[in-house]
Amino acid sequence: MSSTAAPPPSANASPAPGRSLSAWWQATPLTVVFALFFLIPLALILMVSFWDFNEYELLPGFTFKNYISVFDGCSNMADMCTTLRTYLSTFKFCLLVWLITLVIGFAVSYFLAFHVRSSGVQTLLFVLCTIPFWTSNVIRMISWVPLLGRNGLVNQTLMEMHLVDAPVEWLLFSDFSVTLAFVHLYTMFMIVPIFNSMMRIDRSLLEAANDSGASGWQTLWNVIVPLSRTGIIIGSIFVITIVMGDFVTIGVMGGQQIASIGKIIQVQTSYLQFPLAAANAVILLAIVLMIIYGLTRLVDIRKEL
Amino acid sequence: MSDSLPESIDASTAANVKRRSLLKGTAGILAAGVFPAIHAQEKIVLRYLGTAVNQDKAIAEKFKADTGIEIQYVAVTTDDVTKRVVTAPNSFDLVDTEYFSLKKIVPTGNLKGIDTKRIKNADKITTLFTTGEIGGKKVGDQGTAPKKVIYLEGEKSKVFAKSPTQFMSLIPTVYNADTLGIRPDLIKRPIDSWAELLNPEFKGKAAILNIPSIGIMDAAMVVEAKGLYKYPDKGNMTKKEIDLTIKTLIEAKKAGQFRALWKDFNESVNLMSSGEVVIQSMWSPAVTAVRTKGIACNFQPLKEGYRAWAAGFGLPTTLSGKKLDGAYEFINWFLDGWAGAYLNRQGYYSAVLETAKAKMEAYEWAYWMEGKPATQDIKSPNGDVLAKTGQVRDGGSYEARMGGIACWNAVMDENNYMVQKWNEFVAA
Repeated sequence: MSSTAAPPPSANASPAPGRSLSAWWQATPLTVVFALFFLIPLALILMVSFWDFNEYELLPGFTFKNYISVFDGCSNMADMCTTLRTYLSTFKFCLLVWLITLVIGFAVSYFLAFHVRSSGVQTLLFVLCTIPFWTSNVIRMISWVPLLGRNGLVNQTLMEMHLVDAPVEWLLFSDFSVTLAFVHLYTMFMIVPIFNSMMRIDRSLLEAANDSGASGWQTLWNVIVPLSRTGIIIGSIFVITIVMGDFVTIGVMGGQQIASIGKIIQVQTSYLQFPLAAANAVILLAIVLMIIYGLTRLVDIRKEL
Repeated sequence: MSDSLPESIDASTAANVKRRSLLKGTAGILAAGVFPAIHAQEKIVLRYLGTAVNQDKAIAEKFKADTGIEIQYVAVTTDDVTKRVVTAPNSFDLVDTEYFSLKKIVPTGNLKGIDTKRIKNADKITTLFTTGEIGGKKVGDQGTAPKKVIYLEGEKSKVFAKSPTQFMSLIPTVYNADTLGIRPDLIKRPIDSWAELLNPEFKGKAAILNIPSIGIMDAAMVVEAKGLYKYPDKGNMTKKEIDLTIKTLIEAKKAGQFRALWKDFNESVNLMSSGEVVIQSMWSPAVTAVRTKGIACNFQPLKEGYRAWAAGFGLPTTLSGKKLDGAYEFINWFLDGWAGAYLNRQGYYSAVLETAKAKMEAYEWAYWMEGKPATQDIKSPNGDVLAKTGQVRDGGSYEARMGGIACWNAVMDENNYMVQKWNEFVAA
């Protein structure tokens, strides 16, 4: 993520104006922070992932054992191995959450950017969107439990309206509740960048489309969507990276029964199997980086920003 | 000299310049080491690492009132306690952990053997820990029974001693025997076997502990109760036995048996009190917590027996000087009765029964320890009514309950494999 957000080195633009010594100095603080808190720890994780371990200590060395054990049994096609199964379930949530947050995020941003005329109301509504973020993640999640539970508000209402005879069980501790919580928690990460890029769209383009006789849908599809692409991609990167690494939401809302790669890593670290956890983390990182690489192929973020 | 210090500080608030020069002077005296009176009064703060369950505010407050030493609680999960002791032994002054974790901790050399000569009530610690007996009768010792890991060969030893020595790895604090918790109002029939946990009758309404090393023991109790297999030692399974146990769990999970898995005390309380779950493996104080909400919940004695656990205080190797003395003072205070009585009233058992008994009312002792019907309402330490007059404690007397231990929480030799298989169960 950081690589995509890094300032443009402007390789294809005009020759950099001030690539002098002072520019390097200015970049130093960030470089140091970046190296200290990101690159070095990452290198350590990579190193540890090749170490051996026993119950209570790490044994420096070089072994592929951890990686082999991550993919243990994955050659057996009949019964999928834990790792593949876990990734599959994580991908499923990723895709679902991405789609839903994208649709909602786009709609909300569209409304805020094009339908709300006064900038005061715009700001007010935007702040309104952030209200759920005034409490902690976990509290926002847990507040769903009494609502969706077997004896929760939703089930009580359904029963009283005689729509169902017995409480609906799939509302809580299910794929549904996990997806719901994710959407609730992370739609904001879609709204902000999409809204941001929509606000940069030159309004005269819309008028031009209108004057040329484009219908509302045509304007939306041929003008607004392409011009909001940067926001969409940035929002997607946020949502996908969060969902790929999450273990808290899946744990709480899935009743701890749904596997996630983050959860496996967490269990392994709590049993002092750091090398195994590191191997898993390296694989997860590689996969997330590949997804991000794929997404950035779709849009030249450097140019768009 | 020490008397003059508070005065001088008072005066200094009026005149800032004066304060500075005074502080300088004090610092100089301190540096010269000629200020012993102040040093002796230095406030001791003990960082107490453990799970939230055992870290009671009232205990810390009472201890501070009695001795002036402050307890600072560092609350993490069972697994994280071990992780902290192994990876960051300088981040605490006293650890409250379970005996089964010792197999991972002691070989690192991060724990100091506790000198029983400095523990006043050391010889009164219940025989359950020292010899594995209750009332002269042997109890089950499958798994990591405390008697196997309680003694160290020396103060700095990394191996367990086979017979009693002067040095203990942990001084026992609380222990109990766990079983299934049920909602009698929602089940409406007697439950008497661990096998009921996987009974399809409770499909979608059962839960199991998602702490692999404990959860697998509960699963093993179920496997034996269903007559699928008899383990030579449930607390130390072979790979084949682990496969069998996890397979049973996976089959049940795929059939939709479990509503949720729980990892933390509060989760289990919430699952039970909200009625999401009607039967689950549970901890005794969690049952108490459900009951204090006015919801019926039984800590159900089962014919196959209990899965026991025990926790105790350990000291990090690096602890020395005043803090070490403070830690010993805390341990001595803890075994001296007040804390023991407090814990007994929560449904735990205390390590030194004699001193706890002295601090409990006769009717309380009869209810909690002797399994007799309550002659008046039984209240928790914070005043909630736990049992009405005439009720009897689940599981009966101390001897009946702790005598019925089938196995102890354990760390297996095949622990890594077990965790890997457990992840498979969660992913299934």
